Amino acid sequence: MVNNAEPAVLVDDLHVRRGKHAVLHGLSLRVPRGGVVGLLGPSGCGKTTLMRSIVGVQVVRSGSVTVLGRPAGSAALRHLVGYVTQTPSVYEDLTVRQNLRYFQSVLGAPRDDVDRVIGATDLEAQAGQLVGSLSGGQLSRVSLAGALLGSPELLVLDEPTVGLDPVLRVQLWELFHRLAAAGTSILVSSHVMDEANRCDRLLLMRDGEILADDTPDGLLAATGAEDTEDAFLSLIGQHPPANRPPHHGRHS
Amino acid sequence: MNPRRTLATTGRILTQIRHDPRTIALLLIVPSLLVGLVAWIFADTPVFGVIGPAILALFPFIVMFLITSITTLRERRTGTLERLLSMPLGKGDLILGYTLAFGLLAVLQSAVAVGYAVWVCGLEIEGSVWLLLAVAVADAVLGTALGLLASAFARSEFQVVQFMPALVFPQILLGGIFLPREQLPDVLRAISDWLPLSHAIDALQAVAADSEDAAYVGGELLIIVAWIVGAVVLGSVTLRRRTP
Repeated sequence: MVNNAEPAVLVDDLHVRRGKHAVLHGLSLRVPRGGVVGLLGPSGCGKTTLMRSIVGVQVVRSGSVTVLGRPAGSAALRHLVGYVTQTPSVYEDLTVRQNLRYFQSVLGAPRDDVDRVIGATDLEAQAGQLVGSLSGGQLSRVSLAGALLGSPELLVLDEPTVGLDPVLRVQLWELFHRLAAAGTSILVSSHVMDEANRCDRLLLMRDGEILADDTPDGLLAATGAEDTEDAFLSLIGQHPPANRPPHHGRHS
Repeated sequence: MNPRRTLATTGRILTQIRHDPRTIALLLIVPSLLVGLVAWIFADTPVFGVIGPAILALFPFIVMFLITSITTLRERRTGTLERLLSMPLGKGDLILGYTLAFGLLAVLQSAVAVGYAVWVCGLEIEGSVWLLLAVAVADAVLGTALGLLASAFARSEFQVVQFMPALVFPQILLGGIFLPREQLPDVLRAISDWLPLSHAIDALQAVAADSEDAAYVGGELLIIVAWIVGAVVLGSVTLRRRTP
């Protein structure tokens, strides 16, 4: 844990619309440094929009997003934040190594970083293969490997374990914890509740709002539930979907 | 902007294309085949000698416009653009990287097309073949630069394909192939004076007939280059790191 005073991510009263829909309406949260924070919630609840706002590629209407002490999207953060989009964003007509080599030179990371991240994501055997010929799970690992280049201080991972087999998922979570132990802050989203127990902290999200911000154990204790899925359901019971004031819903 | 990142981008795009030999073959051969077809159509007439140089401007311009706009749109759709823009890649690095990569392809494509037109189809060039090649290359790079600009405004494949008739066809119609530009109605004539393809066609015809001096051709080249620079700058400026 490095410098607990200043959080990795601080979001305050964030409003975001995508198209005609208000996706986030006054969301606030805090991601501490040096841990694995899980962002859990059903698909369509605004996880990706929130992550895009943190990375600084989302147009926001109002509110502030501070990342590593700087406004989200600052030029300096582009070296410090690694981002994995939900659909693997890699070039299918390049090999694994060619993809990573390009990202490495864009980042200005050391050349041997390419081998390090190939090893970390268990892609040695596929390194010379065209990405378009890989399986879905391998593809998302290439995308993840790209985000590990240059050892960023904050990793924002949008559902990185979707479609991976259980063994690989366990390996990746071990990797996340190794990185976190070395001081990296990780925000990882998932809609699979059984991944919740692997996180140091949980943010439960629904309908553009954070329902809970707690440790997995704390969450179970607070709700008296058996597992995270039940805890989530019981929280939803306590927070019926709010009728939004009209100025959040319709004004432009 | 940073030369290392620009060149890394150029290298990456060329490596992508290298993995697709069919695209390379189409890119290099199709314009020549079309030039050959035009020569054949007008085999028994003197027409090819008149419109041949203009044809050399046309096909590489159209092909490069389409290829560039579709490649960059693909970058947008697959999420790699979002990833790159969250990384320390300058917007200019990306646009210039693309221009250089496709510019290199344009050199090869134009060289093949000019060589084919002159030595196989018997297009008579009174002036310097090198000057002809220079104008043809500038014209193909112009297609690339406009393609980059168009894709910045397109949100879908449908839109990007619509930009082709919107941006390219008027330039062809007013460029002097259908009717010499001097004979156009005054307003259209004035508009055509501002369109870059008109200047490319004028320059190619001047070189072919050796009717003007090198300074005239250089001036026309300069206008095309100004359009290229303008499109590249505008393309970089309109690229947004944050999207809705």
